[in-house]
Amino acid sequence: MTTFDTIWNNHLVYTGGKGGLHSRDGGPSLIYIDRHLIHEVTSPQAFEGLRVSGRKARRPDLTFATMDHNVPTDSRSLPIIDEVSSTQIQTLVQNCREFGITLFDLASPDQGIVHIIGPQLGITLPGTTIVCGDSHTSTHGAFGAFAFGIGTSEVEHVLATQCLWIEKPKTFAINITGVRKNPHTVTPKDIILSIIRRIGTAGATGTVIEYRGNTISELSMEQRMTICNMSIEAGARAGLITPDQTTFDYIKGRRYAPRDVEFENMVDFWQENLKANRNAQFDKSVSVNIGGIAPQVTWGTNPSMTIDVTESIPYPEEFAKGNESETKAAVRALQYMDLSPGVHITDIPIDRVFIGSCTNSRLDDLMEASLVVKGRRVSSNVRAMVVPGSQQVKLDAERLGLDIVFKEAGFEWRESGCSMCLGMNPDILGRGERCASTSNRNFEGRQGAGGRTHLSSPIMAAAAAIEGHFVDVREWL
Amino acid sequence: MEPFRRFKSKAIPLDMVNIDTDQIIPKQFLKLVHKTGYGKYLFYDWRFSSEGKPIEDFVLNNVKYNNRQILLTRDNFGSGSSREHAAWAIRDYGLKTIIAPSFADIFFNNCFKNGILPIRLSQREVEYLFQNIDNVELEINLPAQEIIVTDSGNSKIMHFEVEESKKRILLDGLDEIGITLRYHPYITEYENRNSTKLPSYQKS
Ligand code: SF4
Repeated sequence: MTTFDTIWNNHLVYTGGKGGLHSRDGGPSLIYIDRHLIHEVTSPQAFEGLRVSGRKARRPDLTFATMDHNVPTDSRSLPIIDEVSSTQIQTLVQNCREFGITLFDLASPDQGIVHIIGPQLGITLPGTTIVCGDSHTSTHGAFGAFAFGIGTSEVEHVLATQCLWIEKPKTFAINITGVRKNPHTVTPKDIILSIIRRIGTAGATGTVIEYRGNTISELSMEQRMTICNMSIEAGARAGLITPDQTTFDYIKGRRYAPRDVEFENMVDFWQENLKANRNAQFDKSVSVNIGGIAPQVTWGTNPSMTIDVTESIPYPEEFAKGNESETKAAVRALQYMDLSPGVHITDIPIDRVFIGSCTNSRLDDLMEASLVVKGRRVSSNVRAMVVPGSQQVKLDAERLGLDIVFKEAGFEWRESGCSMCLGMNPDILGRGERCASTSNRNFEGRQGAGGRTHLSSPIMAAAAAIEGHFVDVREWL
Repeated sequence: MEPFRRFKSKAIPLDMVNIDTDQIIPKQFLKLVHKTGYGKYLFYDWRFSSEGKPIEDFVLNNVKYNNRQILLTRDNFGSGSSREHAAWAIRDYGLKTIIAPSFADIFFNNCFKNGILPIRLSQREVEYLFQNIDNVELEINLPAQEIIVTDSGNSKIMHFEVEESKKRILLDGLDEIGITLRYHPYITEYENRNSTKLPSYQKS
């Protein structure tokens, strides 16, 4: 069995038989949800729904909330100027109080992007099912959990029943082989971007990806999270990595994780039940050798539109390999991005740099980025900011003096939140501004109407801030 | 929810692949705390200029497509963010069905929860509909899983697949939570059986 199959089987509440509404063979199964994470943007209508029908939250003890999507990232002591954001935040506070849900609010030292704080607090555990009204819930799959994003109706459904009806997704093995020559400069972000480049933004639709292979086993938990995070950008329902000693070591001692004997028992259970099975049968599989990949930079308006930093912008026909609709999409993307084919990606001036988001704002990411920042200055044409993923990451980074390194170089050092990943707070791109961003989506207008996003790793974004354009950071280290 | 009834309409052609939910409903409209009123923001950044003026060549601004209830589009519609606001905007605008060769998963599910029927047709059928967009009238018959396509007096039938329970939910306009709550004994039994395997979280 695949790791996913095991988790699936362990969470079946009802699989049918004859007679019931959902009971047809091949139809959805009712599965139990172990952890439900909530934030301010996709939850208000769910709570409203519960109230209207006089329902309670079934397991408030398995539900955790924070505010991250639209929170300002300047000083926490200032009032929130945007009234609508402020209403959403207040609404979450009231809803959590009314329904008895643990909330890490703006004043909490545990506040942060929901996908950063789950793992950090030990809420995210192997073998569990985890949902959140946010597509990047796939991040938690790094722990060997079945973690996936849901819509607001489903948020309401989970609150009321702690279950969801799901048709079993297909399984998709991505075997990653090869050794990177320069692991500081060719990062997990480059690995996942090159995978998406290869399989496309719908390449994994309807599947749960299992990332396998020695290359994966050698990655830290933070690096694994970057990879699982962007599974959704390949269209997957979820992405996961079978837990191992690295996983267990990371979890040990975290606040909401089991302790002592209970922890040991859990590890035994996980080792026994979730171990990687060589002979597992997947519905689909692909092997990717990452030995030769270069740092990646996206040039278009979806994450598959990416190239090596040494390459130039492709011609639409070349990118689309003869597919007519894809050619049209590429033409449109180039127009939106104001780029011409044949131009070298390192020749394009950058106006803004954003280091942050649930893809790349953990301590590892900030440490890696700081390697190229130390002792240098941000280009005078660039406005650059670092937005740590959580208050805890911020504190840890400050203990290492990273804030000083970034600030001395001319970066803004912000409070935690989603920030310019989606620009629901005041951190947005102006029309026509071009940004090197460590986030996960380069969609039109994602970072602000008319804004142009180039996705890259933290170290590539940091180097771009210094030079005012992308550089091959392998030449720096 | 309103039960999904048989209806006839022409389609609005939106000839693009990979349309993501950030385009369907841009983020500046996610800050509301209610479920209705999003129709006017559907495809906002494509529909209106930065001064708020309608952009003429965008399909929704073409009067000839006003009041059509079917959206015809290309592969991987609804990718990206899980925001259900995308489905709310589509419904609120008055669209009842979306036809495409493929959809992104979360969006696809969200449609059914909001009375919208997403229909997957083959590339060939979709191409045909695009080519004949102004001539063909479509009649959506969910119980039979058929689209009756009438083109200048001649009609033909396009069949589509839809998962049984999703179909029932649309047809009956059911409250899914109410249904699930009837499975309460199974849920409780699951919780009792699994309390040792997965301890509820530790209080700090
Ligand atoms: S950082 Fe971006 S992708 Fe991650 S949860 Fe926030 S908005 Fe979503």
